[in-house]
Amino acid sequence: MTDRAQVSHLLRRLTFGPTAAEVDAAVRDGFDATLERLLRPVAVPQAPPMGEEPAAGATREERLEARKKQREQVVALGRWWLGRMAAGSAAEKLTFFWHGHWATSAQKVRSAHLMFAQQQTFRRYGTGDTSPLVRAMLRDPALILWLDGQKNTRKAPNENLAREVMELFTLGVGAYGESDVKAGARVLTGWQVDRTTGQARLVARRHDTGRVTLLGQTGVFDLDAYADLLVRHEAHVPFLAGRLWARYAGSFTVPGSVAAAGRNTTALLRAVCRAPEFAETAGTLVKQPVEWLVGAVRQLGIAPTGLDGTLRALGQVPLRPPSVGGWPEGAAWLTTSSTLTRLRAGQKLAAQSQEAPADPEALANLLVVDGWSDRTYAVLKEVRKPRELVALGLASPEYAVH
Amino acid sequence: MDVITRRRFLIASGVVAGGAAAAGATLGLREILATAGDGDPAAKTLVLVTLYGGNDGLNTVIPYGDPALAAARPDFAYAENELLDLGQGEALNPGMTGLHKLFGEGRLAVVRGVGYPKPNRSHFQSMDIWQTAQPDRPGTTGWLGRWLDTAGGDPRSAISFEPVLPPLLAGASSAGATVPGGELKLPAGVTPDLLNALGAADEGESPARARAAACFSDLARVRDLVSAPLSSDDDDSDAPATATGGAAPPLDQQLALVARCIEANVATRVYSVSLGGFDLHADGKDAQKALLTKLDKALAAFAERVAGKNVVTAVYSEFGRRVKANASDGTDHGTASNVFLLGDGVQGGLHGEPPNLTDLDEGDLKFTTDFRDVYATLLRDVLAADPEQILDGWSTHLDKVLTG
Repeated sequence: MTDRAQVSHLLRRLTFGPTAAEVDAAVRDGFDATLERLLRPVAVPQAPPMGEEPAAGATREERLEARKKQREQVVALGRWWLGRMAAGSAAEKLTFFWHGHWATSAQKVRSAHLMFAQQQTFRRYGTGDTSPLVRAMLRDPALILWLDGQKNTRKAPNENLAREVMELFTLGVGAYGESDVKAGARVLTGWQVDRTTGQARLVARRHDTGRVTLLGQTGVFDLDAYADLLVRHEAHVPFLAGRLWARYAGSFTVPGSVAAAGRNTTALLRAVCRAPEFAETAGTLVKQPVEWLVGAVRQLGIAPTGLDGTLRALGQVPLRPPSVGGWPEGAAWLTTSSTLTRLRAGQKLAAQSQEAPADPEALANLLVVDGWSDRTYAVLKEVRKPRELVALGLASPEYAVH
Repeated sequence: MDVITRRRFLIASGVVAGGAAAAGATLGLREILATAGDGDPAAKTLVLVTLYGGNDGLNTVIPYGDPALAAARPDFAYAENELLDLGQGEALNPGMTGLHKLFGEGRLAVVRGVGYPKPNRSHFQSMDIWQTAQPDRPGTTGWLGRWLDTAGGDPRSAISFEPVLPPLLAGASSAGATVPGGELKLPAGVTPDLLNALGAADEGESPARARAAACFSDLARVRDLVSAPLSSDDDDSDAPATATGGAAPPLDQQLALVARCIEANVATRVYSVSLGGFDLHADGKDAQKALLTKLDKALAAFAERVAGKNVVTAVYSEFGRRVKANASDGTDHGTASNVFLLGDGVQGGLHGEPPNLTDLDEGDLKFTTDFRDVYATLLRDVLAADPEQILDGWSTHLDKVLTG
């Protein structure tokens, strides 16, 4: 791999699609300095102007009106977020990773303010030790509403949150048993969201203070003690290493060197990118639709607006993951319909492009594709109009899988 | 035969009319079915309905005659006059009047207690198990994807109307096609020749990139299967929302597209459709009834529409729910549940042993019928395939449920 290909690969994976100028700069700085620059912490942004959370309303009409207002606020938050992604920082891609990991949907949470608060938790705690992150997420109002923590009481616990916390967020299947799910649910009983203040608090009369046996330890645990059991569990770091590797590198087995980096997300990400196997994953990872679209917007120099319809058609709308398992990865995104949508959206994006590549080589440079296959090159070399070139480049297999 | 001469122009149904209005279409509500007339008239069609989220089987086919049910779920009981009786102390949920009628006519089979050994209570793992039909170690291919591999691999043979490919349609060497909204109209300047050129295999590519390329040639083959705009109304925020749902068009619209394809006798043998939202950990009774009503209406209308056209519809979910309700008037993840089969050749009635409500496995029902028996029956009697080849050597099937 050439130096340019190496830093291109790094930038493609750690950010939402680099521009040619960013690759040029990274070639000058070198791989190590570029990696450290990308991993540097960034300031947590102010809330976007969304307006106040609407009051719930007393009548049916008022409630419908409030719902409508909430939906508009979620749409506004989603658009603001796409703008942040298009600004290009690695930090925002990590926020998106955590959103897909602790996948929570506005469809049930409804409040844009609570969705934003969860995002801020990812920005604040998503780069360091996972302990504060897990502690914050167990009391995250959006997550509690999403997974029925609201309904989880001493009299008969609701297992939803406790199960998904272990299965999907911290340990992975096989690291815990059904009895741990039941015990975990008891520990989390009584944590409720106050819809007026938007805060979660422990309601003592609903909380189970009994002894439980949880992940091999018996005692009385509070929420933070449960979080500590999770992040100290031997399965936690390998599980998280595997998730980061799958989204940032490739689907095959995660190298042992990644988990050896320990419980700090930035250290884990650094280990992903420094693993000798990282370079071999070039050309194997299917872009998620958001990655594909935001990258295109950045590289063509166009405004990140009017993207909602394309994201819907491709099956990935930020703030609305299809389930608590998050969005699929890999070949599930490669369908006849997504291919067609990329062809269509490619034309729309190309029509707004500020860039006009003259030939396949210039197109590869613009889209930061290492090279075209003989197949795709044969098609592209016959195309004369820059816009058609851009549209086909965006739809191509080489741009869909990076 | 020239593609053009095979095209049929059909008058679109009311479903399309509503959708076209929403999409701002003007005139000419017509669809083009390019493979219309290509289907083998003797061949049967399988429609698989996936209910995402774990449908509560005990509140779908309700064993109201068993006192253990009322004891475990005091707040779930329906009054006896609301229940839709099936005999043997079992009844359908009050929301399912259409299926109840079909049951009375001997056209609906209810297979009870369907599950698999060592049940997995994770939505994702259990759905993987159901879709791959590999309970011990779910692989990367779906059971209908493997059927597609053995049946020639033409993507038009297996269709989903969702934007993302369900794992069950992924084969080792081929994959079903996704046609969300039924529309695959090519944009200006994109020709089938171009698609085939971009779809050519190129040596040394990763499997993912090879699949991305193959999608172009699949698109060239599938694009004219059905072409008609459907509603793009995705504002489903007031539908019962839970954390485990598919992002698909409404079930009645998916089934209306299936019906139109079947009526035009296209070459497709397998359709995958879905309905999400069944993960009702809280306040389950009313929400589930609303969902079951939606399911019932769509299925009953579909069954009437395709009656006599050799269509078998199967309905399943990744698991049932815990026998005992939780404090939120909901139910947590469980195990065995019912599978519905309806359509031509189906022997209506109650099949399989009902699971015992008191002899439980960690609070959950023990399965009485292995789900691979159901799949084997569908493969054998609907798709005329060899189940053992597709189901890793599984050799048994259900008796007296389907006539071949």
